Amino acid sequence: MSKGLPETRTDAAMSELVPEPRPKPAVPMKPIGINPNLLGYIGIDTIIEQMRKKTMKTGFDFNIMVVGQSGLGKSTLVNTLFKSQVSRKASSWNREEKIPKTVEIKAIGHVIEEGGVKMKLTVIDTPGFGDQINNENCWEPIEKYINEQYEKFLKEEVNIARKKRIPDTRVHCCLYFISPTGHSLRPLDLEFMKHLSKVVNIIPVIAKADTMTLEEKSEFKQRVRKELEVNGIEFYPQKEFDEDLEDKTENDKIRQESMPFAVVGSDKEYQVNGKRVLGRKTPWGIIEVENLNHCEFALLRDFVIRTHLQDLKEVTHNIHYETYRAKRLNDNGGLPPVSVDTEESHDSNP
Amino acid sequence: MDPLRHSPSPSSSRASSPRTLSCERLGYVGIEAVLDQLKIKAMKMGFEFNIMVVGQSGLGKSTMVNTLFKSKIWKSTMPGLRVPMPQTLQLHSVTHVIEENGVKLKLTVTDTPGFGDQINNDKCWDPILGYINEQYERYLQEEILITRQRHIPDTRVHCCIYFVPPTGHCLRPLDLEFLQRLCRAVNVVPVIARADSLTIEEREAFRHRIQDDLKTHSIEVYPQKSFDEDVNDKILNSKIRERIPFAVVGADREHMVNGRCVLGRKTKWGIIEGHFPCLSWLGGCEQSHA
Repeated sequence: MSKGLPETRTDAAMSELVPEPRPKPAVPMKPIGINPNLLGYIGIDTIIEQMRKKTMKTGFDFNIMVVGQSGLGKSTLVNTLFKSQVSRKASSWNREEKIPKTVEIKAIGHVIEEGGVKMKLTVIDTPGFGDQINNENCWEPIEKYINEQYEKFLKEEVNIARKKRIPDTRVHCCLYFISPTGHSLRPLDLEFMKHLSKVVNIIPVIAKADTMTLEEKSEFKQRVRKELEVNGIEFYPQKEFDEDLEDKTENDKIRQESMPFAVVGSDKEYQVNGKRVLGRKTPWGIIEVENLNHCEFALLRDFVIRTHLQDLKEVTHNIHYETYRAKRLNDNGGLPPVSVDTEESHDSNP
Repeated sequence: MDPLRHSPSPSSSRASSPRTLSCERLGYVGIEAVLDQLKIKAMKMGFEFNIMVVGQSGLGKSTMVNTLFKSKIWKSTMPGLRVPMPQTLQLHSVTHVIEENGVKLKLTVTDTPGFGDQINNDKCWDPILGYINEQYERYLQEEILITRQRHIPDTRVHCCIYFVPPTGHCLRPLDLEFLQRLCRAVNVVPVIARADSLTIEEREAFRHRIQDDLKTHSIEVYPQKSFDEDVNDKILNSKIRERIPFAVVGADREHMVNGRCVLGRKTKWGIIEGHFPCLSWLGGCEQSHA
């Protein structure tokens, strides 16, 4: 049965390995598939279990950034997403704290454990964004921070003695908060997303969605989607990165119907019908955050955490990071960036 | 009016070392769903595994590979067939895709006919080391490209199974030389070939002698003690290390035993059923040699 396979032989009589006919490990055009059921169970599928165990042991990193004007409920939303006080809420500001004069970048790390899985979550807040009188170029510190993390990772990667596991501080996901004006995107929103969608995964969300009626909400969403399309802004999940038909149909549905998610955040609990739920109490009722009839928070949460978390990381690593790396290596004349002590220059690559 | 707090410049490295806190959760978040996400991605992409078998001819290498993966990966050379002994060491790779329960494994088996078969076997390990290092070089070249492939094809040897002939005495000079050199470059799993030619006592004595030999010559076979990550690993691996080298019997003919269909070798005194405990290390082998 194994007859027709193109096997290759390396003649080791020649002491030098001849560069020309390199011993290919015989990857034939179409590897032959074998049905093992004929002879018994091998146990290859246990590798999935092995992978699970390793992941649970090492845990993983996830870095999420929130961008938007102050008062849009960024910190509250992050707290609701991860069901913990991961972000210091603006309402707990005391009198001394004012809006910062320039955009600040504040990163706080947390370890969340659930079901044996350890996640090192880092929330990066950007107070001061869009709050000044003159907001020109206020995305620059943010873009700089994101690129700094790519640079850090790159330096670790080209190190001669690399770490077994490079700590990942790159921003995997950037939630951009759109003010629920009900009209359209503001120039600042467009500028920011235009610049940043090229370096990081952007997920636009409509903040404080409880201020809009149902019709206002759906109209606003449609308008936002249209504007993003017209301006060529590719938010996550980007069309061009859909790997196969399955991904495409799933993501198309999200892109065209659900996004941008109109969310409401809360970390206060109330009793509704005998259940304790997170919500906002108003004179006319309690808005339940996790109720799909009330807002789309649950959709956002499922999207970011339960279905696309790994994909967010992979797109960051395989696409955004690689783009940065390629540009960096090209700018450096094909050489990797050297850190201060090691001055080894690599051979010019093909 | 309070003076405005002096805000640090955005380029400060303040953000580079976040404080890490542990927090109380108010409800179920769902982060363990990431394990399922990983599983789906892995099953879509499939796995690669490259295994190399080294040993003199006639020790049952091809048969064992067939038994291990329960398929006719190789035509085992029948005695009597006039196959000329290769004059020099040759490296010979075959690739198959095996699928089981939705998991796709791209398996590459590299055979080394001619190893240890010559009159003068000096440096017969060089071509093998050369091949192994070449695969590392290939991977490195792909890794340092400016525009890298999304998934670099992995041809590096993950596991090298070394067949020790069942002399019953101890490791031969050739075995020691080979093991010493190769353990530094690749995961080596030594096995006692054709174990059906040894009795149980002989087998145990042989095993212990080999373990002693390995220790005396500081040969670290897989799973290496120095790579044990934590207590659980240590316990699990210590148990395995006690049983190394495994005494194996390969068979790819089927026979009926007590109504079951098994792979085995039929002799006058009974049917020897072949079975292998080492497959559970597939994932482990892949991780070790970076």
